[in-house]
Amino acid sequence: MVERRPFATFLAHVVLILGIVVVAFPIWVTFVASTHHAKDIMTAPIPLWPGTQFFENYRKLLFEGMINPTAGGVPMWRMMTNSFIMAMIIALGKIFVSFIAAFAIVYFRFPFRMAVFWIIFMTLMLPVEVRIVPTFKVVADLGLLNSYAGLTIPLIASATATFLFRQFFLTVPDELAEAARIDGAGPVKFMKDILLPLSRTNLAALFVIMFTFGWNQYLWPLLMTTDRQYLTVVMGIQRMINVADTDPQWPLVMAAVILAMLPPVAVVLLMQRWFIKGLVDTEK
Amino acid sequence: MASVALENVSKVYPGGVEAIKGLSLSIANGSFTVLLGPSGCGKSTLLRMIAGLETITDGTCKIGDRVVNDVEPADRDIAMVFQNYALYPHMSVYDNMAYGLRNRKTPKPEIERRVREAAKMLAIEDYLDRRPRALSGGQRQRVAMGRAIVREPQAFLFDEPLSNLDAKLRLQMRIEIRRLHNRLKATSIFVTHDQVEAMTLADVVVVMNHGRIEQVGKPTDVYNRPATRFVATFIGSPAMNLIPGRVIGRGKVEIPGSGTLEFDPDEFEVADGTSVEVGIRPEDMSVAAPGESNGFAIQPEFVEELGPNRLVHGLAGGAPLVLSVSSSTRDLGNGAVALHVPEHRVHVFDTTTGRALRRG
Repeated sequence: MVERRPFATFLAHVVLILGIVVVAFPIWVTFVASTHHAKDIMTAPIPLWPGTQFFENYRKLLFEGMINPTAGGVPMWRMMTNSFIMAMIIALGKIFVSFIAAFAIVYFRFPFRMAVFWIIFMTLMLPVEVRIVPTFKVVADLGLLNSYAGLTIPLIASATATFLFRQFFLTVPDELAEAARIDGAGPVKFMKDILLPLSRTNLAALFVIMFTFGWNQYLWPLLMTTDRQYLTVVMGIQRMINVADTDPQWPLVMAAVILAMLPPVAVVLLMQRWFIKGLVDTEK
Repeated sequence: MASVALENVSKVYPGGVEAIKGLSLSIANGSFTVLLGPSGCGKSTLLRMIAGLETITDGTCKIGDRVVNDVEPADRDIAMVFQNYALYPHMSVYDNMAYGLRNRKTPKPEIERRVREAAKMLAIEDYLDRRPRALSGGQRQRVAMGRAIVREPQAFLFDEPLSNLDAKLRLQMRIEIRRLHNRLKATSIFVTHDQVEAMTLADVVVVMNHGRIEQVGKPTDVYNRPATRFVATFIGSPAMNLIPGRVIGRGKVEIPGSGTLEFDPDEFEVADGTSVEVGIRPEDMSVAAPGESNGFAIQPEFVEELGPNRLVHGLAGGAPLVLSVSSSTRDLGNGAVALHVPEHRVHVFDTTTGRALRRG
């Protein structure tokens, strides 16, 4: 630790407070805007304290949706459910596939093991945006357009998570695997009984990252789905703003933004307990 | 319990490194055998081959009457204690010990009984609910041994289990391992590079070098009757002095520039005129009383004080020589000092092969 000095402490606080203001103020304004009538926030000065329309705005948004030609009255809860399903499948799928892949690469000797690893590693450089046209073609040919499978499967293969798990597995002492072998645990049992519990901090961290990644997907769902039934939150917000000849209903849009933020925040808060637990008992 | 027999086993790693070179060894049922050698001599590889963690390139490995070359480690009925303990960090001490038994579908009351019994034997009963990280190094080592004991295996394999402990604990655990062995009478194979551990623990010491066995024998044999120059210099601290010389008659060897030494002609068989290497342990020499010397002398250079004794470094006819004397010995001064060496404490080695030129 750096030595404590009053001025340094003061300076540190100033910087931190400035940082918080820069991050938190727009969120506050968003929240405030979501609690007023549309006309109130379109007139100067912009209100800085919550108004009276909180319940009305959120109720309308959640259960009725916004009536305009593009958003088409899909209620917010529907979009949130879609986003949640998509994010969960992507996060859990990525973790499952990566865990198994990393396990195979680290604990089994098979021909071209390193070649396989490097190929996986190289796909890091090919995010969905780069391979979007061929991926779309594949998904379309498989008849997966407008389905949860089509939404999620192309995003599940993950070099990042495979790489992270591989690096973690390499730090687990070989003797642990050997001791388990002598103790009569086969590969699957070793993975389930030893490796999985040891990885829980990494699992929690990856889950947070991958859930947020899935939740924030925009381009892929936009291409993939034409059916309003599969509208996700991020796409939905875009459609709410996209209106012709009239002002968007800003309070409802702002409410949608606030609601869109909640699940990732909840996931972070929930998983934080696991992180800290993992950091406190550094056991290996 | 069972014996372990290795016949002509060898291990070649992919890439051509030959770790074990056609080695045969039989380990008696219930004995405590120590594999001793410098790092890289193949002792751990050999142990891991017995455990089944390394494949056997050639030859056979038998545990009891069964050839186990292609048997999985879990089915060889052995238990192993690792240098870094290899305890499962997320399991309690109890679960660590019970894990192997659960995987073998041992009935629950039986697991409970065996774990309690082993814990009592190792004095870790109070820690059964703790995680390994809440234990000290010595306690972890006990848990690792407990995990082996509950299995009631055919053989215990120890891979340098004491290396991670501090000096005091090492001594204590050494004594406990020996006590445990006396009680369980289980076939044990113990790998170490520490000669003191080997000497104190072993019924049989196997000295290895470069993937080969140099000598197999009781600890006293290995010390008193080293079969090769390697064993002679590896066992004993400070190492045995090796001085080039020439045999000039029955039981006499000339050290050029220093004098002559007598060795036991009934023990060693050497033709006159042969160039040999003479081995003398630092602790086997003493300062000669007047008239006792046969002309062998040391030219002291410097002295290391160790407390109970003192090491005198010097030269004998151009070859470096170390002499260990008790601290009460008078200061040797700067001139040449005549030494007395009992003839039965002189070892004679072939200069080229390095083998002791013992009769028979």
